[in-house]
Amino acid sequence: MRVLRLKNPPSVIGCASVVGGKEHDGPLGADFDLHDETGTFGMDTWEKSESEMQRLALNLALAKGKCGDDVPEVIFAGDLMNQCTGSAYGLLGFCKPYFGLYGACSTFAEATVLGSLLISAGYFKNAAAISSSHFCSAERQFRFPLEYGGQRAPTAQWTATAAGAAILSASGNGPYVTEVLPGMIVDKGINDVNNMGAAMAPAAIDTLTAYFAETGKQPRDFDLILTGDLGLEGHAITLELMKERGYDMTDVYNDCGLLLYGRSSQDVHCGGSGCGCSASVICGHIMKRFAKGELKNILYLATGALMSPGRLKQGATIPGIAHLVRISAEKNGWEG
Amino acid sequence: MNLDTNEYGKFVRARAPKSPVLKNCLCAFLVGGGICAFAEALFHGYLALHITEENVKTLVPVTLIFLAALLTGFGVFDDVAKIAGAGTLVPITGFANAVASPAIDNKSEGLVLGVGAQMFTVAGPVIVYGVLTSVIYGFIYWIWGIAV
Repeated sequence: MRVLRLKNPPSVIGCASVVGGKEHDGPLGADFDLHDETGTFGMDTWEKSESEMQRLALNLALAKGKCGDDVPEVIFAGDLMNQCTGSAYGLLGFCKPYFGLYGACSTFAEATVLGSLLISAGYFKNAAAISSSHFCSAERQFRFPLEYGGQRAPTAQWTATAAGAAILSASGNGPYVTEVLPGMIVDKGINDVNNMGAAMAPAAIDTLTAYFAETGKQPRDFDLILTGDLGLEGHAITLELMKERGYDMTDVYNDCGLLLYGRSSQDVHCGGSGCGCSASVICGHIMKRFAKGELKNILYLATGALMSPGRLKQGATIPGIAHLVRISAEKNGWEG
Repeated sequence: MNLDTNEYGKFVRARAPKSPVLKNCLCAFLVGGGICAFAEALFHGYLALHITEENVKTLVPVTLIFLAALLTGFGVFDDVAKIAGAGTLVPITGFANAVASPAIDNKSEGLVLGVGAQMFTVAGPVIVYGVLTSVIYGFIYWIWGIAV
C-alpha cells in the first residue's frame, strides 16, 4: 500500500505566502500575504532575497497561527538552489531542528508529507513546512544569465518568485492533512529542459493512478485535484492520459502553475513553476478557500523535476516525482 | 496509452506547440537588418568625420559592442532580444550581450571569482571554436599558398 492514512491527522494552524511583483500582479495577487514589487526583499543578491522570503514566510505563518516560542518543534524546508542554501540561511535565525529537503518543485508536498507523518506518529506536536523559489536565483543556476538576450520555447515555464510556509499541528481546527502518498521517481525519457511539464506528468499520473486504484475513489469525490507546476502542457498530458486510464478529472483538475499567472497577459508561456509556485498557491489561495468553506476535500500533488544542468549535458533524461497530500476540512475527511 | 518511453516521447513531441518560425524569422530579419543598417550609417558617419577607413572598420564594431553592453546593463537588451531573437544574437551585439550579462550576474561573487571567472561562460565556446576554426583556415590558406 502506498497510500498512508494518517491516524491523527495534523491540522494546518497557520500559513503564509510571500511573492514577487509578477506573482502579485497575477490573478491570485490579493490572496498573498506579502509581496515586494522589486523581488529583492531589501537584499543585495537574489540568493539572499530568496532566503529572506523564507524567513518572512515562516515568521508570518507563525504570527497568523498565534504560535508561541515552542512552535515549530521541527522545520522541513527546501528550495531550488545548490545545497538548499535558500532554506539554510533563511531559517538559521529560528534556532529550530531543521531538515533540508530537495524534491525540486515537489518540495512543499514532500515537507508536508514528512511533517504530517511525524506529527501523526506522535514524535512532534507541530512542524513547519516551507519552500521557496526565486526567478532570478533559479535562472542563474539552471538557465542563462538574467540579462542574456534569448527567446524562450513555447513550452517553457516561468520560475515563480514565491515562498509558502505552513504550520502543522497535532491540535487545531483544520483543515487537516488526512492522507499522503509519497511519490516514486519516474523517468519517461524526456530530455527537453524547456518542457518540464511533459517530464513531470508521468510522475503525477503514476501517483494519481496509485491513489485512485488503492482507495477506490474517483476524481469526482474531490472538490479539486491540484498539481504543483505541470503548466499548460503537463496539465493537458495528465488530463488526457488519466482519462485513458478511466479517471476523468476534467471538472476538478487544475494546476498551481496555471493559477498563479495570467498566462497570455504575463508572458509566462506554459505557466509558473518552482518550489514556491505550489507552496504559495496552497498557503495563499487554497487555504483561504478552505477558510471560506469553498473547499472541503482536495488532492494536492506537487511535482518535481529531479534534474541538474550538468547531468543533462551528460545526456541524462529528466526524472520526475509527485508527492500527494490529501487536505480535508474535516478530521475524518478520509471517510468522505 | 501505456507509458512506454518511446511512445511517450513521440506523444509529447507531437502535441507540444511549435515556435512561431515565420514570425521569428521576420522579426530577426527586421531587427537584424536594422542593426546592420545602423552600422552602415555609423560607417558613413565616421568617414564623414575624416577618420581613415581602416580605423572606421574598428570603430563601428567597437561602437556596437559598447551600445549592446550598455543596453544590457540598463536591462533593455533582453527585452528587445526576446522579440528580435537571432536579429540581436547574430550581429556582434549578441556577442557583447553574452559577455556582459554573465559579468553582471556574477558581480556578487567578486571581481576575480565572479566577474572574471564567469564572464565567458556563455561566449567562451564561441571564442574557443572561433579561434580554432581560424587556425585551421589559416593553415589551409598557408598550404594553398605553398602549393600554388
